[in-house]
Amino acid sequence: MLSYIFTRLLLTIPIALGVTLVTFMLVYIAPGDPLNAIAPADAPVEVIDALKAAYGLDQPVPVQYGRWLLRAVKGDLGRSIASGREVAVEVGSAVSNTLLLASVAGFFGVAMGCILGALAGYWHGGVVDRGATVLSVIGVSVPHYWLGLVLTIVFSTWLGWFPAMGAGPGGSADWQFDFAHLRHLVLPALTLSVIPLGIITRTVRVLVSDMLEQEFVIALRARGLSNRSIFRHVAKNAAPTILAVSGLQIGYLMGGSILVETVFAWPGTGFLLNTAIFQRDIPLLQGTILVLCMFFVGLNLLVDIMQSLIDPRIARG
Amino acid sequence: MYTRAVAITGVNPLPSAAISQSRGYWMGVLVKMSRDPIAIVSAIMLLLIIGAAVFAPLLAPADLYKGSMLQRLLPIGSASNLLGTDELGRDMVTRLMYGGRLSLLMGVIPVACAFVIGTSIGLIAGYIGGWVNMVTMRVLDVFYAFPSVLLAVAVAGALGPGMSNSLIALALVFIPQVVRIAESVTTQVRQLDYVEAARMSGASTLSIIRVHVLGNVLGPVFVYTTGLLSVSMILGSGLSFLGLGVKPPEPEWGLMLNTLRSAIFRNPWVAALPGVFIFLTSIAFNLLADSLRSAMDIRK
Amino acid sequence: MNVMESKIGSPNQSLDIGGPAQPLLVVRNLRKFFPVRGGPFESTNKFVHAVDDISFSVAKGTTLGVVGESGCGKSTTARLIAKLVQPDDGTIIFDGEGVDEFGGIELKTFRRQLQMVFQDSFASLNPRLTIIDTIAYGPRVHGVSKDEALTRARNLLTRVSLDPDQFGFRYPHELSGGQRQRINIARALAFEPRMVILDEAVAALDKSVQAQVLNLLQELKAEHQLTYLFISHDLHVVHYMCDEVMVMYLGQIVETGPVDTIYRRAAHPYTRALLSAVPSMDPANRTHQPPLAGDPPNPINPAPGCRFRDRCPYAESVCTARSPRLLQSVASKAPDTHRVACHMSNMQSGHSLATNASQA
Repeated sequence: MLSYIFTRLLLTIPIALGVTLVTFMLVYIAPGDPLNAIAPADAPVEVIDALKAAYGLDQPVPVQYGRWLLRAVKGDLGRSIASGREVAVEVGSAVSNTLLLASVAGFFGVAMGCILGALAGYWHGGVVDRGATVLSVIGVSVPHYWLGLVLTIVFSTWLGWFPAMGAGPGGSADWQFDFAHLRHLVLPALTLSVIPLGIITRTVRVLVSDMLEQEFVIALRARGLSNRSIFRHVAKNAAPTILAVSGLQIGYLMGGSILVETVFAWPGTGFLLNTAIFQRDIPLLQGTILVLCMFFVGLNLLVDIMQSLIDPRIARG
Repeated sequence: MYTRAVAITGVNPLPSAAISQSRGYWMGVLVKMSRDPIAIVSAIMLLLIIGAAVFAPLLAPADLYKGSMLQRLLPIGSASNLLGTDELGRDMVTRLMYGGRLSLLMGVIPVACAFVIGTSIGLIAGYIGGWVNMVTMRVLDVFYAFPSVLLAVAVAGALGPGMSNSLIALALVFIPQVVRIAESVTTQVRQLDYVEAARMSGASTLSIIRVHVLGNVLGPVFVYTTGLLSVSMILGSGLSFLGLGVKPPEPEWGLMLNTLRSAIFRNPWVAALPGVFIFLTSIAFNLLADSLRSAMDIRK
Repeated sequence: MNVMESKIGSPNQSLDIGGPAQPLLVVRNLRKFFPVRGGPFESTNKFVHAVDDISFSVAKGTTLGVVGESGCGKSTTARLIAKLVQPDDGTIIFDGEGVDEFGGIELKTFRRQLQMVFQDSFASLNPRLTIIDTIAYGPRVHGVSKDEALTRARNLLTRVSLDPDQFGFRYPHELSGGQRQRINIARALAFEPRMVILDEAVAALDKSVQAQVLNLLQELKAEHQLTYLFISHDLHVVHYMCDEVMVMYLGQIVETGPVDTIYRRAAHPYTRALLSAVPSMDPANRTHQPPLAGDPPNPINPAPGCRFRDRCPYAESVCTARSPRLLQSVASKAPDTHRVACHMSNMQSGHSLATNASQA
């Protein structure tokens, strides 16, 4: 067991390094000189050279990569070109906002998905099943940014129940669990939750209906086990898969929240990414992507390890 | 069925009488799908949408780029414009039809590229095995470590706005996924007895892959890839929504959602309209893909 | 039904190099070990001794049966001979020549002469190809023209009692196990081979269907002067089909000889146990004791000495000290061809029962 965990950890390191490499190289596939974002084109040569040295752009690429990586490991992600603030600080506050959004959306989506999926799987072929199927198809087919717009129209413009944008009355500065702030959270979280809702419903539905048809459940019923006990058995068997899918979904939400955050002007990493791209703010771009990817990689690793703990077959195989 | 025999062996079967008819595999799948009402409805809807996009120059009622500021944001059902006008006064029906072209391309092209490139890489890695396989899969693992939306946005962002850049970014997101499934299926198929029997025939590796492995790998990979169509379209339109894909004044559903955003207070119905079409097309793709999957499942 | 051997193709007399006395297949000191992997970072020194230094030969026109428990190395041996797997050591000589080595037969030529029929009739057939395409594929690989290949395929189908017009354009999933196995045989014959390896070819079939297929195999062998390597765990079938029998245990040959000699006067305790486990039609002939006690030992890095000693009722210290070699059995009525790897049959081994071998 421990060897499996150790092996997985070991395998993750080269992947993480690869991710950092790709992140770093992204900037260099862009057309145009990265310098253009920093200095105006007609600046005198000395200024350009000085800026180059300051940002380390005069070194060969592998050296730049190495220095960037070493600093990043220590927590220094450079300074944002646009705002001048430290990237780590900006990303840090943005990450907490996105984490909040993703967790709430993920939790809601997974919970609803499990319930709906289980009900649908149990009453296979019934009305609930049909409804859940429709819901899950909608969940995976709907463009979530459009859904955000629609929800804004309905609940903000027409009904006025929830605000249309932002994280709270005071901006993103501080977030508290009070009603004013929660109001801002509802629409974005609801929008974002539709994605995992669709997938989890479908997954759970298939799992539960398959499992209920399996022979061991029939054997359990023949022994007179109550429905609740059978439900526990089914839940235990389905748990690893559901866990894996949920974990991946939450990771996906972290990375994929950019569209919803843009619609609702939610001050999270997605919004930050948007800004960085359009301002061609390279340190910010690299820093944000790096942090998000590390989250994702770490989450995948966690999911794998937890899966192997629950289902020992995985560690052996 | 005769064409199958001809295609594989290059032989014209003897024209002797009463050769029993045996349905080809894909024919059987198609027949099964044609009996599924959901698949039929989805197919019709898709055909209508595609048809409107393809024949836009013939069918569109108004000019694509010219609009009158006096006529901006007319509601749906206006006398002059059936689906209203956008924020620059351009006719929505026309914009939507032409927009469909680019949106559909955003869905189809990256997936088609990923299918071809991904299957080829997966076949080679899966059949040869060994260190070639390991190196390929490890490299792809790095790309797999990015959440797809993030990767698409990052690459598109790095390359800059523009449709071709977005297409490249999307293809880059989907290729690793296709390779993964193609490699997995190829590895399984490779161990089956009929591939061993083919190796025993003395045939060249290329012949074995072409005749015995490819046909059996394409099925599952194709089914998986059709599921990617809606994702690609949504993601592609999403990139345009962010300002990274199609550039104005070209119409594209995602881009239109962006430009119409400020109008959600004044004319929410028109503002939401492009998304409706993304939604409908996406549902049609998904339902068809689901139908295809069940048609192939039971047969196996 | 007419026997159409002249239409299918004449036997490969022209390829016969060594003449009837030359064994068609000679295997010397064949070895194949499979590494047991730890984690990806553990280098391993644990190996499964799948095939451990075996040597045997198959005479032309005969059928050699290979029997043993699951995991004894029969299938690995087959795959080594068929060149689907590379051996770690040893030589394989086909009609006096090496294969795919300097001065030997080309691999592709070899593939025409040696074919194999696998156990799983369904997995052996490409589900995407029609029957006739499957059979015609082989000849086409070897340069036969399209029309000729198709004709040959049709004739072969007829020969295995499948009407080409009715079955030719069917797919494997539309046929029964027996029919599929007959197709596999037809496919093997399409190459006009000299030797066919049958790896548990009838094991998955019902008894009645087995009988049909076995009879077909016998007929084909006579018509085409084939040599068979018949792998099976079913001793009745082996007795029916084979001229000689080779008994394997944990990757080694423990006994080999003419089929009647083995079945009537087996010398190795393992062979005796196998034979006594075969149910008899005679109700008076009941088994009173379980033939074999104990568990088979671990095939990974086996200990030195006789591998059967843990289950052998006659094991002694000499059995642990030294591995018995495959030697002629002096006590046998057919000493030249009957070989046993057991200390009890070797007068010089030091085994207490060795001197009594003549009474064994």
